[in-house]
Amino acid sequence: MSSATATLSRIKRKAPLQKTIRIRNSLSERIAPYAYIAPFFIIFLIFGLFPLLFTFYVSLFEWNPIGEQTFIGFGNFERLFDDGRFWNALLNTFGIFLISTIPQLLLALFLAHLLNHARLRWANFFRMALLVPYITSVAATAIVFAQIFDKNFGFVNWLLGLVGLPSVNFLATNYGSWILISAMVMWRWFGYNTLLYLAGLQSLPREMFEAASVDGASSWQQFRYLTIPALRPVIVFTVIMSTIGGLQIFTEPLLVSPESGLTCGAGRQCQTLALFLYEQGFGQFQFGYGSAIGVVLFVIVVLVSLLNFYLSTRTRKAN
Amino acid sequence: MSDVIDQVIPQVPATPEAKPARLPKRRGTGGGVSRTAYVFLGIAVVISVFPLYYMFVIASAGATAVTSIPPRLYPGTQFFEIAAKVFDTVPFFAALMNSVFVSLTVAIVSAIMCAMAGFAFAKLHFPGRNLLFLIVIMTMTVPAQLSVIPQYLIISQLGWVDTLQAIIVPGLASAFGIFWMRQHMSTTVSDELIQAAVLDGANSWQMFWGIAFPVVRPAAFVLGLITFTGVWNDFMWPFIVLKSPELFTVQIALKQLQANRTIDVALAMGGSFLATLPLLIVFFFVGRRMVSGIMDGAFKG
Repeated sequence: MSSATATLSRIKRKAPLQKTIRIRNSLSERIAPYAYIAPFFIIFLIFGLFPLLFTFYVSLFEWNPIGEQTFIGFGNFERLFDDGRFWNALLNTFGIFLISTIPQLLLALFLAHLLNHARLRWANFFRMALLVPYITSVAATAIVFAQIFDKNFGFVNWLLGLVGLPSVNFLATNYGSWILISAMVMWRWFGYNTLLYLAGLQSLPREMFEAASVDGASSWQQFRYLTIPALRPVIVFTVIMSTIGGLQIFTEPLLVSPESGLTCGAGRQCQTLALFLYEQGFGQFQFGYGSAIGVVLFVIVVLVSLLNFYLSTRTRKAN
Repeated sequence: MSDVIDQVIPQVPATPEAKPARLPKRRGTGGGVSRTAYVFLGIAVVISVFPLYYMFVIASAGATAVTSIPPRLYPGTQFFEIAAKVFDTVPFFAALMNSVFVSLTVAIVSAIMCAMAGFAFAKLHFPGRNLLFLIVIMTMTVPAQLSVIPQYLIISQLGWVDTLQAIIVPGLASAFGIFWMRQHMSTTVSDELIQAAVLDGANSWQMFWGIAFPVVRPAAFVLGLITFTGVWNDFMWPFIVLKSPELFTVQIALKQLQANRTIDVALAMGGSFLATLPLLIVFFFVGRRMVSGIMDGAFKG
C-alpha cells in the first residue's frame, strides 16, 4: 500500500497518466482474470447450474434414490396438477407471502421515514436494534414464536384475553397458521428492509425535504408525496426479493410445532411449496415428483424476475 | 450490457470512503423530531428484541414459567442449570464447534474468492467480462432450494453425505459477494493506484493482493460477517445432508431439542438462546459496521 503510494508519486513526477490500464501482455497475464473468477464459476457449475438443469431431467422420471429410474415424460407434472396437496401448498405459500410482505414493507417504509430524520437522537441504536431479528436464526425464531402464539399459555392469547377476545389455536386453521408463520417472517425481515429503504432515502437530496418543510408540508405529506414516489424502484426491488424469499419458506412451517411434522399439521394447514418438495423428495423418496415441484418453483421465480424487469424498466421510463 | 445490469439491480451510490459510515449529520427530513416518532421507534425496538428476551426469560425461569398466566416476563435464576441440561440432552458443544468451523471457513474463503472475482470484474479488461458478470447477477435471483434433490445426488456421488464439506464447498460460491466486492472495488480502488502498479511492473496478482485487497478489506470484513451469519443460521441444506448427531450444526441440534418441546419447552428455549448468543456477542461489537455495510452495499443480498 505505502509502496504503491510511493510509486504513484514517482509516476506523477515523471509521466502523465495514461487513460486505460494496460497490463503486460504475457500469456499468464491474459489468463489471470479468468483464474480470479474461476473458483466461483467452477463451484457454481457443479453445485448451482448443473443441479438446476438436472432438476428438469429428474422431473421426467419416476426416480427412486435407492431403486429404479423410469422415464415417464411429463407424468410427474400431470400428477402434480391433479394433486390437491400441490394446490394447497401453492395457496399456503402465496397466502403467507401476502400476509407477511405487505404489512412488513409498509411498516419498513414508515420506520425508514422516521429514521431518516436529520436530528434524530440515538439513530445508531435504533438501527442496530432493528437488525437483531436478522441475526436470529429461523429455527430459534420458530421455536420462540410457537411459544408466544401457544394456544393455552401464549403471550398473544393472553393479550387477546385482556381485550375480551377468545383464545385462538393458531396452528389449527389455515388462516391462523398463515398469520403465525407470517409473524415470524415479518419479524425477521422488517428491520432489514427498513435499513434498505433508509439507504434509499439517504441517497435523496436533503434539500428536497428541507424545502418541503419550509413550505409547511407536514411529516405525513412529506412521506406521501416525497418519500414514496422517490423510493419506487427500491420498493419494487424489495417486493421481488420478498417474493423469492417467500417461495423458499421451509424452516418456519417445519419447526412451528413438534407434532406437525413434514405436513405442518394434519390438514396441511401451513405446508409451503418448499416443505412439500422436501416431503415428497426426502420424506417419501420420490425424487422425480419432488423435482417436478422444483421446476414449478423455478418457473414462478422466472416469472417474478421478468415482472421485476418489466416494472423497473417502466419506472425508469416514467422518471 | 452494463445498462442491462443497471436495470436488474437498482444501484445506490456506495460511499466513497471505506470507513464504516459515521452518520451523515445533516441528512434526511428537516424539522424537529416529534415525540411520537420516538414512541413508534421505541415500539419497533421492543418488538425486535422481545422474542430474544422472552427466550431468555423461559430459559432462565424453567418449566413453571411456560404455563403461567399471566405470562411471566422477568428472568429467573435457573439459566445455568437449563443450559447444562441442553448440553447433556444433545451434543450441543460439538454442534457449536461445527457451526463455528463451518461458518468461519465459508466466511473467510468466500470473502477472498469474491474479492478476487470482484477485482477481476472491476479492474481488469478481458473478453467476455460483461457477459460473465451478467451471468453472476442472474444467478442471484435463483433460489438454490428448488434444486436440492439433484444437489443431494451430486453430494452423494462425491461421497460427501454426512460430512461438513458438503456444507462448506457449495456455500463458497456467492454471487451476491462478487457483486458486492465489485461495487467496492470500483468505488474505492482508484485507477491511478492500479496504473501506478502497472507502470511499476506489478503483475495482476501483486495488484490484487498488494494494493486492491488492503483497500477493500473493511468491505470484505462486512461481507464475511453477513456470510457468517447466513451460514450459521442456515437450516435446510444441513438438515438434508447431515445424518450423525456429532456433525450437526447448532440449528439442527435445535430441531433435535425441539422434538421434545412438548415435554420441556424451557430446554428448547435455552437451546435457541444459546444458539443465538454467539452471534449476539459478535453483533454487539461489530453491529454498527454491519448496519452501514447492509445500507451501502444495500441492493441486495
